Amino acid sequence: MAEAQPTEDAFARSAGRQLLLLGLAAVAFLIVLMLALQALASMVGSSNTSAQALDPATNTITIALREEPPQLNTTITTDAVSGIVLGHTMEGLLRMSMDDRLEPAIAHSWEVKPTHATFWLRDNARWSDGSPITAADFVFAWKTALDPANASQYAFLLFHIRNGEAINKGELPTSELGVRTPDPHTLIVELERPIAFFDKMVTFPTYLPVQEKFYLQTDGRFGADAEELLYSGPFNITSWVHGASLMLEKNPNYWDHERIRLDRINFGYITSDATATLNFFKDDKIAYTTLEAENLDNALENRWQIKREQDGTVFYIEFNHRDTRVTRNWNLRRAMQLSLDMDELVYKVTKKPGYIPGRSLFPGWLMGVNDYLRKEYPAPEQVIDFEAAQQHLELAKQELGVTEIPEIVLLTGDNPVSNIQSEWVQATLKKRLGLDIKIDKQIFKQRLAKMTTGEFDMVLAGWGPDYDDPLTFGDLFASWNLNNRGQYDSPEMDSYIRQAQNSVVPEERMAAFGAIQQLIYDDIVILPQYERGVTYVVHPELAGVKRRVIGSEVDFTNAYIVGGGD
Amino acid sequence: MGRYAGKRIVQGIITVWFIATATFFAMHAVPGDPLSGEKAMTEQIQSNLKAKYGLDQPLMTQYAIYLANIARGDFGISFTQENRSVNDIIKEHFPVSATLGILAIFFAGLGGVLWGALTALYRNRLPDTIIMFLVILGISVPSFVIAALGQLSIVNLNDLTGISWLPIGGWGTVWHMIVPSLVLGLSTMAYLTRLMRSSMLEIVSADFVRTARSKGLPPTQIFTRHQLRNAILPVITVLGPSIAAITTGGFVVEIIFAIPGLGRYFVQAVQQLDYTVIMGTTVFYGGFLVIMVILVDLIYGLIDPRVRLE
Repeated sequence: MAEAQPTEDAFARSAGRQLLLLGLAAVAFLIVLMLALQALASMVGSSNTSAQALDPATNTITIALREEPPQLNTTITTDAVSGIVLGHTMEGLLRMSMDDRLEPAIAHSWEVKPTHATFWLRDNARWSDGSPITAADFVFAWKTALDPANASQYAFLLFHIRNGEAINKGELPTSELGVRTPDPHTLIVELERPIAFFDKMVTFPTYLPVQEKFYLQTDGRFGADAEELLYSGPFNITSWVHGASLMLEKNPNYWDHERIRLDRINFGYITSDATATLNFFKDDKIAYTTLEAENLDNALENRWQIKREQDGTVFYIEFNHRDTRVTRNWNLRRAMQLSLDMDELVYKVTKKPGYIPGRSLFPGWLMGVNDYLRKEYPAPEQVIDFEAAQQHLELAKQELGVTEIPEIVLLTGDNPVSNIQSEWVQATLKKRLGLDIKIDKQIFKQRLAKMTTGEFDMVLAGWGPDYDDPLTFGDLFASWNLNNRGQYDSPEMDSYIRQAQNSVVPEERMAAFGAIQQLIYDDIVILPQYERGVTYVVHPELAGVKRRVIGSEVDFTNAYIVGGGD
Repeated sequence: MGRYAGKRIVQGIITVWFIATATFFAMHAVPGDPLSGEKAMTEQIQSNLKAKYGLDQPLMTQYAIYLANIARGDFGISFTQENRSVNDIIKEHFPVSATLGILAIFFAGLGGVLWGALTALYRNRLPDTIIMFLVILGISVPSFVIAALGQLSIVNLNDLTGISWLPIGGWGTVWHMIVPSLVLGLSTMAYLTRLMRSSMLEIVSADFVRTARSKGLPPTQIFTRHQLRNAILPVITVLGPSIAAITTGGFVVEIIFAIPGLGRYFVQAVQQLDYTVIMGTTVFYGGFLVIMVILVDLIYGLIDPRVRLE
């Protein structure tokens, strides 16, 4: 037994050597395996990820997208990421300039009259294949979008055109659409009713041109891949690897190509993870990224130039105004209005950079007659008064004939921001008014379903603009608007909205929006919470990047690398 | 053997049918409309969309159509990626997930066996303590933390040295695969290490090892032929389900490293109630899992002749 110990050690040594050999064999095997996989991978799904954020030699910038565009068919597209890609590859009749003014694009001039609008198209506007862009391309696109068989969700944006709505309902054939093309470069649009901002509407993706011949060739796959698209804008998509990357190259046939200074935009990464995109930015792989609050400190440490703006969206607590709901009671709503301090929510609870406490349905960036709408018609001041709130609560109880207000359902999304906000609402109303709030947390589609069927008392909701006119917010609580999920119904509101819709006199329209703003406060249709902010960083050597509230949320068409390329 | 394999395949088909049926009805029972968007739609547009995707049919008819299509291998058109077929999505993105998964499983399997054997050999000594501590970490820390940490450490490494050692995301070359597959395989590796260790310790004191030793066989032969080969059996058993778990569970890694794999489509589809993609990916993954389990059973029989397959 005395020899057992050394034998044991000898065995371990020998076995250890054996194990080392096996380990080396395993490493060798893995290297062979990886080489084999490399060969395999080069055949599938590779992205253009070797590049740096900026490459002055090839005049290329690399950017990450948070999602993949579902498809780029302009007649049915609705999402923001598609909006970004289309904003770089397509151009419509008119476009927004760097200082957010309307400027000529495919149309070199235009006029809007009460009964019709006329657009005169450039002779030198061409598709990426070199064929001319004509008025017929617009007509075809609009008819396709309105065709019921196409089931476009944004078809309603074309209802301003005469017979648009009837065509979409299937009551008239698409040939009845109120558009005329006296010659290939003149487009006359007959309007259903006078509309003051029709020229702004035509910058929307649904109004972009589509060439009929090309569309028919794609056999139902229009916009599904790079080769299933024809481009009218500054860049062509030269490669689209699904889930991985999109490569955009300067379109030599674009009429205004001399304006474009970048040769390539490489959407080289697709990830929804904010920390990952921050890492890509830090590693000098991408030239632009938005920042989440939790990454701000990190960004500050790196001494990046952080920019903050509002992204145009307004968030609010929407009440259910259906008869069966306690929130129909004005005094109850008033008690909540007097208790919920949105400054506290924005500055002490959510603490997100760039967010502004909500005062109105109309965000601050909307233009009025000569100045910002909110300057011409200031929003009502927020009043917080717990004593008055208590009195209104007592009145509400009397009117409802109850001693205690029953549990109130607060419907909310399932994400960190909604969680913290709904908990704040719950805690504040419990503390100030003794109300019991039940938080009903649902993922997006389920929340939407419950909003539509009215299964809520209050819901955390938001609204982003579709076009650059206060009406995109202003008609939200019309009794006929399907997005009015709380079914607020007031003749007064409806009459102001009709006034804003039917008038072409700016002063009259803005007065109507001012009245809508006041009515929303007085009748407590909603409680505005905040205007959402966006924080972002841009590579120090990249200039001319523009954030937009409407259209492509970030615009690189005028961007250039400082001191390089060009 | 042949009869056994045939039986398992029939069982597998029934399992896949069951998965498809359960998914179909569960999916339709979930509240929410796959066609709804942020902006409300008129009834006209809603019914147009429903007709386009066949949702205007009674549920049982839809079910019959789905089953018939799946039997023909046609999973239909995605609801969210309106112009792409689910078959294309699987065809384009599964190879990416599979590549990542294969690499991860090799990391996990080889690493698990080697570390497990090592810890057993050095039981209760320093290497054992260190490795087992790391194993506990590997099992308990979730993959999204490890993925983020892995990415961050490369960023810092690249930043400090000023050289781009490894890409921190994207896909295309073998360099893009190393970190994500290590991250993906880590928890499985940790699990297998523990399994291998306990299995080795059991074997060391087994009769046949003692016999081999007293016969005076050389240590190398005892170690590899008697100990390793027998201890590896439980590892092989869990490898099958692990392969499926790794290839399907990679969505966190795929999102953080911006990898165009199938995992993220799978998760996004559920969030967006994209019926066809949910059905397609679930049935596909279900089938994949079943095949892996059958394969492992067959391999098990080859390694250990004592297992009677009949």
